[in-house]
Amino acid sequence: MAKITFITSNNETIIAEGTSGSVMELAVKNKVKGIDGDCGGVCSCATCHVHVNEEFWSAVGKPSELESDMLEFDDNVSEYSRLSCQLKVEEVPDGLILKVAK
Amino acid sequence: MTTTTQSQVCVVIGASHAGINLAFALRREGWEGNIILYDIDKEFPYHRPPLSKAYLTSEEGTEQSLLFPKENYDDENITLKLGISVKSINRNDKSINLSDNTVQSYDKLVIATGARPFIPPIKGIETAQNLFPMRTAEDAANIRKAFNASTKKRVIVIGGGYIGLETAASLKKLGAQVVVLEREERILARVTAPIMSEFFTELHQSNAVEILTSKNVISIETKNDINSVICDDNSTYEADLIVVGVGIKVNTELAQEADLVIENGIKVDATARTNDEHIYAIGDCSYHYNPHYKTNVRLESVQNAVDQAKTAAKAICGQENVVYDTIPWFWSDQFDVKLQMVGLSNGYNDIVTRKEETKNSFSTWYFRDEELLAVDAVNFAKAYMLGTRFIKSGQLINKTKLSDTTIPFKPNSFI
Repeated sequence: MAKITFITSNNETIIAEGTSGSVMELAVKNKVKGIDGDCGGVCSCATCHVHVNEEFWSAVGKPSELESDMLEFDDNVSEYSRLSCQLKVEEVPDGLILKVAK
Repeated sequence: MTTTTQSQVCVVIGASHAGINLAFALRREGWEGNIILYDIDKEFPYHRPPLSKAYLTSEEGTEQSLLFPKENYDDENITLKLGISVKSINRNDKSINLSDNTVQSYDKLVIATGARPFIPPIKGIETAQNLFPMRTAEDAANIRKAFNASTKKRVIVIGGGYIGLETAASLKKLGAQVVVLEREERILARVTAPIMSEFFTELHQSNAVEILTSKNVISIETKNDINSVICDDNSTYEADLIVVGVGIKVNTELAQEADLVIENGIKVDATARTNDEHIYAIGDCSYHYNPHYKTNVRLESVQNAVDQAKTAAKAICGQENVVYDTIPWFWSDQFDVKLQMVGLSNGYNDIVTRKEETKNSFSTWYFRDEELLAVDAVNFAKAYMLGTRFIKSGQLINKTKLSDTTIPFKPNSFI
């Protein structure tokens, strides 16, 4: 069970708990504005872009090559960018804080 | 917005990518009234793209790939009526007639009926054994079941488009003998440049899928559950399972019978509204104007379904200055290859291909003179993302630099 805090671009905070699936799916389930997951979670659309809170970055880990290629030319990329469809709820640290990219 | 939608009903015909995303977008945009969706498909609304990919190669059902979790429909008070078809639309009294002999009235109606597989008029096609299209969860389940039951696992795929090729790749992974029969001189002829067709032909052949072009299937003869697929050059191929992927027919009949304007699909304006101010049409069935390409298009894609749904939801909720204006994008997964496409290449007169140092990574850039129209990126998401940015901004690109792989792949390198 991981508890994840999502902060949307208009500073709304949503705390969601999940046990399985992707972080994107958890966000959609909890109606987190700005995370759409239009492609269904296959790393094709970049509509689930989040910025990982710095203190969790090493625990979350770097993106794969495909994912970092998707992110590199995104207008809102940061050094803590991830696509949340590629993060598994059971693998992310409990208490994780994610800021939804614009 | 001045009027309240509390006592109003929005009825949606079709509960797939377009219809379902419209329903949830309506709630986000503040629709307070009822939302009722009808679909002939009994399955709880699911993502279609995995059907020809991960779904075929797994034992899982569609519960792994629902568009939205079941509880979200309850939370948002969205009513799903599955397994019910709509018989007719009565524009005069704003109601629809249903297959269970009931009538549902609407204030706003959204037609998201999509398309159905085109089954070509091939002699013997109706009596062929284990012949299926690939569009619904039921189709995919039928293919999986027939495949598992077959001992020889000889598969013929009629049609070398994305659906046919993805299905071929998935069944090959499961150990099938697969032959793809394409009527044109090359696969993917309608949608990509020859260089892309060559790449995908080689990809399939190197994975032992046979790709045969200029093969016009004229009849299918079936004896003892074995099909013989016969082409007009007299070649014959035996098949335990046949997958038909030769295109679609747009589901415009309901709209046509209701006297809505039909033009290649259901004609809509920039807000996805038809010629009836209370009726919208979205997704695969809609024929709409694309402001970037300055042309009318009908698109068969998840992106179009989802984005047009979001646009229509805003318009239905009374927002002003709503315009559907997107750069279309698509994707396809076959074997270990990820193809990402952005833009519309129709009307291109020049191509730049850039092969990266990395094995199997390249991109094809479609131009009309100096204007970048579209990019096909193979195992190279950077080209897809940068292409998207360049197309959106109308950036002029130095083609010589673009094709020079000694120049690093960075936005400023090609300007």
